[in-house]
Amino acid sequence: MPDSPALAGPGRWRTVDILTCAVLAVAFGVVFWAWNFVWVGLEPALAFLPPLKGILYGVWLIPAVLAPLIVRRVGAGILTEAIAASISLLLGSVWGIFIVYQGLLQGLGGELPFAAGRYRRFGAPTALAGGALAAFAATLYDVIAYYPTFDLWAYKVPYIAFAMLSGAIVAGLGSKALVKAMLPTGVLDRFPAGRERARI
Amino acid sequence: MIPVEFRGFAWRHAGRRAQAVSGVDLRVEPGERVLLLGPSGSGKSTLLAALAGLLTEDSGEQDGDVLIDGKPALEQRDRVGILFQDPETQLVMARSGDDVAFGLENQAMPRDRIWPRVHEALEAVGFPYGVDRATHALSGGEQQRLALAGVLARRPDLILLDEPTANLDPEGAQDVREALRAALADTQATLIVVEHRVAEILDLVDRVIALGPGGALIAEGPAEAVLAEHGEHLAAQGVWVPGVPLPTRPAANAGDAALRGESLTLVHTGSDAPALEDVSFELRQGELLAVTGPNGSGKSTLALLAGGLVKPTRGHATVPGEPRPLHRLPARRLATRVGSVFQDPEHQFVTATVKDELAFGPRQAGWPKDRIEARVAELLERLRLAPLANANPHTLSGGEARRLSVAGALAAAPGVLLLDEPTFGQDRRTWGELVDLTADIRDEGTALLAVTHDRDYAAALAGRELVLGKGRLAEEHRR
Amino acid sequence: MTLTLAPVCDAQAPIARVNPVAKLAAVAAVSTTALIASDWLTPLLLLAALLAAVPFSGIRLGELARRLRWLWFAAGTVVAVNAVFAAEQTGRILIDLGPLTIGTGALLDGTAIGLRVCVAATAGVLGFATTDPTDLADALTQQLRAPARFTLGALAALRLLPLLTAEWRQITSARRARGLEGGWNPVRRVRLFASTMFALLVGAIRRAGRLAAAMDARGFDSEIPRTHAREQRMRPADWIVLGAAPLVCAAAVAVSAACGVFTAFN
Repeated sequence: MPDSPALAGPGRWRTVDILTCAVLAVAFGVVFWAWNFVWVGLEPALAFLPPLKGILYGVWLIPAVLAPLIVRRVGAGILTEAIAASISLLLGSVWGIFIVYQGLLQGLGGELPFAAGRYRRFGAPTALAGGALAAFAATLYDVIAYYPTFDLWAYKVPYIAFAMLSGAIVAGLGSKALVKAMLPTGVLDRFPAGRERARI
Repeated sequence: MIPVEFRGFAWRHAGRRAQAVSGVDLRVEPGERVLLLGPSGSGKSTLLAALAGLLTEDSGEQDGDVLIDGKPALEQRDRVGILFQDPETQLVMARSGDDVAFGLENQAMPRDRIWPRVHEALEAVGFPYGVDRATHALSGGEQQRLALAGVLARRPDLILLDEPTANLDPEGAQDVREALRAALADTQATLIVVEHRVAEILDLVDRVIALGPGGALIAEGPAEAVLAEHGEHLAAQGVWVPGVPLPTRPAANAGDAALRGESLTLVHTGSDAPALEDVSFELRQGELLAVTGPNGSGKSTLALLAGGLVKPTRGHATVPGEPRPLHRLPARRLATRVGSVFQDPEHQFVTATVKDELAFGPRQAGWPKDRIEARVAELLERLRLAPLANANPHTLSGGEARRLSVAGALAAAPGVLLLDEPTFGQDRRTWGELVDLTADIRDEGTALLAVTHDRDYAAALAGRELVLGKGRLAEEHRR
Repeated sequence: MTLTLAPVCDAQAPIARVNPVAKLAAVAAVSTTALIASDWLTPLLLLAALLAAVPFSGIRLGELARRLRWLWFAAGTVVAVNAVFAAEQTGRILIDLGPLTIGTGALLDGTAIGLRVCVAATAGVLGFATTDPTDLADALTQQLRAPARFTLGALAALRLLPLLTAEWRQITSARRARGLEGGWNPVRRVRLFASTMFALLVGAIRRAGRLAAAMDARGFDSEIPRTHAREQRMRPADWIVLGAAPLVCAAAVAVSAACGVFTAFN
């Protein structure tokens, strides 16, 4: 029987959960496309300043934290990152299927703190940890796949560390701030996150 | 053919304090065709969602029963089909045929039976293309007909239409109504329609049910009787009752030029055909200039270029006393010269409360604090937004959001206001408010340009009209 | 720029007709081999094999060049930064400008990584510029038994890509109309970006809710196992692709090892 109360329990994905993750992934496809324009002209320079490049990393990781904060289902972060990466692949990313590997990894990284909290903790510490771990997973992949010859202590470690800092602040706290700003708009009313606001 | 019944039904949406509807008792007989009327906020869409089995336990709190053929609506989803107003968010697949097949796949219909059904449904709605036609290449009216085919293909016993033409331009709406007429002639299904534009839909229904705020029953019966007895009241509540005259607000004489567009041309990168080509016009103080023309004729592009929001490929728009063309003005300065109101009010909202939204423009312009406060108070009062001063702009109803977007653009007192489809999808009451609001602004000397499909709006207000066709100025005339 | 997801090739070309799951597996096999190998010869051989397959993809050369136009930049950057930041500069020193020192060893290592990127990019374009997202979702559901609610949910969301792109532009214009723009101030640019993103996401989540309701109204949420209007099958040609990809990878590794240059997990 469709949608009886028993099926609406925390484990089962409602259609709106799936669609929200998927549409967020698509929306971030657009956001990333626009983000490229914000840094137009700066990217080549940044490529030669690995630690600084790490600072800008956080924006790419927002979906990995935002999706679990809103949808609160097991695997929301991984699903959203997987769809976002698949879209990049279909659009013709120069990183080919590597971007899917990386998306899955960073989704997994972002998801871990939520899993560790058994999907009951959605506060700032969990979001911070999610952002940092997503960044850790993504940059670890970077140094293995793209920068293997780098000096470990001079470049690899600072690169990862700066990215984790950026991930924690931009993706972690940034996602938390986005959810907080979305609550009064009413769009989250159908999600557990939305129940935390005062009724209007 | 199945009966439908609400028994003491009430619903409160998750996150809302007030109930959307309460104490609803209604019955629709098998095979009956009913038009549900009522102002915004009477809960018509909530009632349709309940019948479609979409009000699940996680989305709010229910009292009473919604019964379809004697069983709860949540269990009868497979026997009900619903058509929503926005085609973009009800098409699922990239190819037209696949989209119609989607609902049949969900019913576990075997593949060899799916495709004949798909073709049959597409034919029933007069879909002019093959099954492989990309859904994103369809016009709004074609998309809505495709969505209707998706509903009909499942052969529902109960068909629900939730303002099926509200999001369409006049031509698209006409096509959809014809498709509905043809398709409904072939079915015995029970039908419930929600529609503000009564005249166009009356011949499809047997009975009218008029609801008041919260779903309270105001009147029911044959259409003629209900409209004869309650027409004035319903019109005041926002229903487009046929025969009730619309207000007109003719303009006094226009003043000096307030904005000049010269040879405005825009060619999108990678496109051969210009979106707008060589359009020149003059907009004067105290007049409303209507810009009309079919979809894709460049009306919205004209508004963007005239508003200095997009850099034209050729030509420019200027206002007197400003040597630079508008598209080269810094945004802060531009906002004090020309205000633009977009079709979707939400795109314009930049703050978290109605009050801040109104204060934003003046703050950007560097007004002193007391002047800002006075301006905000004045606008809140005038646009009847005062009770909502601290509400989040995104929670406003369609009409309120529209008024706020106009007020926000006006706040910094620009001499020119450009409006893109100001009355689109509004009920009659909001429509009347917008006519009065824009007429008042105009009569105070502001120059207004309105891009619109709405003949009634142009007739009520416009002194002159620019008609565009395929990106060019087709004709210009006085009204 | 417009974001489109339709395939950009002749639909009847051999590669275009291969089952998307077989293509996915082949792309993954070749790319992963290039990821594991850290010498320069293995990716070079794989790249040669991929280029040999281009004529069978039905992708017009102009389109291929357009899709790969950033590759030179991406791969070049990877080569350069790996050469510059290498932990140790070995071999003959080519450049010695104080802090900037590049040796042949490091340059060769960098080139190997650059070739790895080229393999991934080319394989990705060959496999996915020839694939319709609908067919991919169907194949994932029918061949890999991926849950249909997720593949179709993703597919439905994908329809909104052009819509949301247009919406980003509108929101940006609307912000200029309100007196907001980035200009050259980076802080203001980032704040404008955040505000535009917020407006986009609010609209996107609202649309997701409406789309979900429309899908559920057509029975998407029923527990009945769905049928498939379009059939995706594994034909003999698909099995050949599936089998040939690992063979090509193994051959590339074997040749590289025979030449004595093969290394892995550098």
